[in-house]
This record gives sequence, structure tokens and C-alpha cells, in this order.
Amino acid sequence: MNILHTSHIALETLLRNKVRSFLTLVGVTIGVFAVIAMVAAGDGARARVQQLFASMGSNMLVVLPGAAVQGGVTEDFGTKATLTWSDLKAIRNSVPSVRYAAALLQTTGQTQANGRNWATSINGTSPAYFDIRDWPIAKGAYFTQSDLMGRAKVVVLGETVVKRLYGAGIDPVGQVIRINNVSFQVVGVLAPKGQSPRGQDNDDAVFIPQTTFQSFIQGGLQEYIQGAIFIGATSGDATDRAERQVTALLRQRHHIRAGMENDFSIRNLNDIAQTVTAATRALSLLLAAVAAISLLVGGIGIMNIMLVSVTERTREIGLRMAVGAKTAQILSQFLVESVALSLVGGIMGTVLGIVTTQLVAHRFGWPVPIRPDVIAVAVAFSALVGVGFGLYPARKASMLDPIEALRYE
Amino acid sequence: MESSPYLIKLEQVSKVYRTGDIVVPALRDVSIAIAQGEFVAIMGASGSGKSTLMNLIGCLDRPTSGQYLLAGHLVSALDRNALAVIRNRFIGFVFQSFNLLPRASAMENVELPMFYADVPTAERRRRARERLMQVGLEHRLEHRPNQLSGGQQQRVAIARAIVMNPRIILADEPTGNLDSKSSVEIMDLLERLSASGITVVLVTHELDIAAYASRRVVMKDGQVLSDTGRANPIASHNQKSSARLEQVSS
Repeated sequence: MNILHTSHIALETLLRNKVRSFLTLVGVTIGVFAVIAMVAAGDGARARVQQLFASMGSNMLVVLPGAAVQGGVTEDFGTKATLTWSDLKAIRNSVPSVRYAAALLQTTGQTQANGRNWATSINGTSPAYFDIRDWPIAKGAYFTQSDLMGRAKVVVLGETVVKRLYGAGIDPVGQVIRINNVSFQVVGVLAPKGQSPRGQDNDDAVFIPQTTFQSFIQGGLQEYIQGAIFIGATSGDATDRAERQVTALLRQRHHIRAGMENDFSIRNLNDIAQTVTAATRALSLLLAAVAAISLLVGGIGIMNIMLVSVTERTREIGLRMAVGAKTAQILSQFLVESVALSLVGGIMGTVLGIVTTQLVAHRFGWPVPIRPDVIAVAVAFSALVGVGFGLYPARKASMLDPIEALRYE
Repeated sequence: MESSPYLIKLEQVSKVYRTGDIVVPALRDVSIAIAQGEFVAIMGASGSGKSTLMNLIGCLDRPTSGQYLLAGHLVSALDRNALAVIRNRFIGFVFQSFNLLPRASAMENVELPMFYADVPTAERRRRARERLMQVGLEHRLEHRPNQLSGGQQQRVAIARAIVMNPRIILADEPTGNLDSKSSVEIMDLLERLSASGITVVLVTHELDIAAYASRRVVMKDGQVLSDTGRANPIASHNQKSSARLEQVSS
């Protein structure tokens, strides 16, 4: 009794009941298809989320000045200036995992141009800020380091501000706009960035050199930064290291003893990204679980049809036993049959899954990679379903009493 | 090994069927011995225990109590798989309803027992063809059961029964589904096999069929009612089969 003979019997039986075999394996096909499609959907969602976070500014840390304590009430971070311009210089120059560091001074103000006005966010910063935010320019250019030195009255506009003041499709580069009644020359327009995770419009802002900001928009203490420090780490992996190094540096510079609280805080976007990624991972796990249930239903279909097959062939089983088939030989005959069903179903489901996900990926521009590991697992799992759900009927067949089986009508 | 003069020896064999609380004794303390080469007919009304006796001799079932020695070996204590090997190598079955695989050709049906003995393909084909020629079906090798007459189907079944060169052929009402002409053909075939030295045990309730046998055992209520006696045991045959059985069980 070799495997060839066993496979031959199984194949013959399956081909004899074409419609029945087909319907049974469709159950597994749908199950495997669901697993592949759902895992792909989960992967696609995760990749999309990661893409979105990358667009928010790669490898970004934000250092906020410490909370002010007034009458025993701790106010929010950022309410008291504790970060100095020399802190910024130290971070930029002495932390190896930091590539860029820039201050961001922020207020709201009135902009006027073209006979219209618009209240928006006024930001004073340095050119490095755009690198940290990974924010390309659409028209014109960023302001430069020499603009910074010379307190030049130049401005880079966000897309929304351009729309409000000039209307869509107008190039305002070279025009003059007034910010809080001070005239600025427009040198560039930023590419649209869309909403921040908090729902704020990133493009509803204007950017001017920080020195200009201090001179014409909002004064402030000479030594302290009235705002935040944005930091770009050398790579995504270096972000956490940069956070630790900056924390250590600032604690040392601010003479904070061990056990004392920081007088600043660091927001690590990597943390948020990881949280969201974990959430999407949980979602894909849920999807995969639902898909696994459909595979389970397919398996039950196989078990059902195998039980029918065993009952139908009771006499044949009795005869095979009478002429010398051992328990294991009857068992393997039926197991091969159920595994063949589920394996063919699994392969069909895999092909269907790949074709569908690639079509969807192509149609909607979602990044849906074909994952060989998922395919291997899906096919292996479908074979396992064949063994798992075929075992009971096969065992039932192999344990038949040959006398009763021979007498069965 | 004990050299019993008998191929089949049942000692004080009982078989009890239990369905829930109901206990049905099918055989009561039956002792019977059959020598190599005998042609025995087992007769009796339905419910007399003749089928149970047949199943026990055919190693399809095990006795509730008592001993069954096949060629001197105690087979009543063997497990399912060991009994499967015994059936494969030593016993050929012929059934009333033929029990051929409906979708398989005559050749494939005859080849079936050889699959379970791992006979190589070429050898399997050769032997199946040879046996089908022996039963006069050399022109029906690739026919399926539904393309054959009842008598031809039973001849395929006999070819299948003898393809492993068994010591025993057990025929359970082999002519029950056949017309009288085919019945005669089948009985002639069994008679020829018996003459070649194979032990034939036949279950029938027809007297003219039983007349082919050299010995008739009549069963009633699970016991032997009458036994016409036995031919002389042929010891040499027995030793040969003893040796073969030794190989299988070791």
C-alpha cells in the first residue's frame, strides 16, 4: 500500500463526485482567501499609517519648556520659559544623534494682502525647521540663514493662507503681505501638508525668521526661547536615543539633581506612531481572526463531506479490511482525500487572494505587499485543516467493524 | 512450534453479542477441526451461528472465549492489524454479493489484496492477469463489474480471493445471487481449487450446493448439530503453512 495508490484512490473518489468536491473545496478557498486578503488589508493599513507619520516629520522630537508652578497649581508644559538659546546651540552641537535642531516661536496674528485679511498662526524659526518637519517648498524658496542674520522681513506661506488671501492657483511669490501691520515679502509657498493628528490644519500658518519674529512680532526675554525646540534625529531608530541624550544634556545644563523632575518635556512622535501602529496591528489581528473563522467553517464543510463519503463507502471499507487493509491504511486513504480537498482549496484561495489584493492595491494606490510568509502559512494551515477535520471521519472509517461494514446496505 | 495436524482448529469457542443489556449467544462451546485441503460445507438455518463461525474462521472477528488455532498458531489473541495481515496472506473471501469495487476494472479488483501486501506493480499485474485467466476471464480484464454478468463477477471475486495464494477460501453463500448455470460454474471452480490443495469452507443452506463438499457440518442454535466427519489430515501441507505463518507473525 503505497502513497501513490492511496492518492490514486483519493483523486478518483474526488473526481467521481465533481460538484460535491468542488463545493467543499470552495469553502476552504473562501477561508484562505479571507485570511490572505484580511492580512493584506491589515498590512496595507499599517503601511499607510506609517506613511502618514513619516509625512508629519521624520524622526521628530519636540522639547517644550517646563511647567510653571503657581500657588501650588502645576500649569501645563510650555507655560514658563526654561529653554535657552544656548540650550538649543548645545543640543545642535553636542548630541551625536541629533541632525537638526530649531526653535519655534509661535503666536497668532493678522495677515493682510490683496485687499483681504486672515488670522493665522505666525511662526518664527530657522530654515532647519523645514528639514525637521520634512516639509517641501512648492513655489519660491525657504528663507535663508542670512535672512536670519539680517532680521529680513521675508515670509514663507502655508497653502491655506495663500488660498485665503489670494485664492487658489495664484503664485504670491514676490508679493508683499502685512503681518500685524508689518510688511513682509513672500519668498516661498510650502507644499500642502494637510491636517495634523489633532485635526489642526498644518497649512494654516506663515513662517518668518525667528530673529525677525523677535524684533517685529513679539519681543521676549533675550536669553530664553519663548517657544519650543524641534529636533530631527539622525534616523528613525535614533529617535529614542536622541530623546535620552537630549534629556541628559538638558538636566545637566539646568542643574537638575537626580530624583528631581524635569523642567521641560519631550514629545516623541515615535511613541505616538508606535501606539497607532500597535492599534493597527490589533486591528489586523482581529481581521485575521475573523478570516480564520471562515477557514474553520470551510474545515467543517470538509469534515461533513468526509463523513458522508465514509458512510457511502462503508462496504468498500469492509472489503478492503477483509482483503488485508490495516487500520493505518484505511486512515491514510481518507486523510489523503481530505488533505487533497483542502490543499487544492488552499491553493485556489491563495491565487484568488493575491490577484484580488494586487487589483485593490493597484486601484486605490494602497501599498499591499505580497507576503510569502502569509501565503506559506495559509497553505500550510489549509492542509492542517484537511488533516484536522479529516482525522475524525478517517478514524471512524478505520475503526469500522469489518463484518458490519461488509453487511452495510 | 506445535505441529497440529489441522489447519483450522477451534476449541471450546463461544461468541456472545451484546446490544445494550441484551446478551445474544451466537456460538456456544463449538469445537471443530479442519485439515488442509478439506472441502467443508457449513449449513444451518439463519440464526444458527453459521455466519458467526465463518467470521471467526476468517479472522474477521475474535471469539468471546475459547481458542482458535490457525496452522497451529493462536490467532484468537491477535489484534486488528495482525488479523488483517493473516487475512491478507492466508484467507481468500468469496461473498454472496461479490463485493467488487464498482468503479474498478476486473484487473484492479484482483490487484486489490496485493496493494496491501506491497507487491510491486509489474508483479501485481502479471499475477492478476494470470488469476483472471485461471477463472476464464482473459477477455474481460478491463471490464467493470456492471459490464459483467453475475457469474463473471463472482469469478472475478474468486480470482481476487486466490491471488495471494491463500491456504483457505471462505465462501459465504457464493451462489446465492446466481442462476443455476452460473452456480454450477462457480462450484466447479471451487471444486478445482479444493483439488489443488486449498482448504475450502463454504456456507450455504442449499443442499445441492453443499453436495459439492466432502464434509458437511450442520449448525443449530450456536452449536454443531451434525458433522459428517473428516478426511485424513495431510501433515506435509500443514508444516508448510506453519512456516509461512511464523514469518508473518514474527
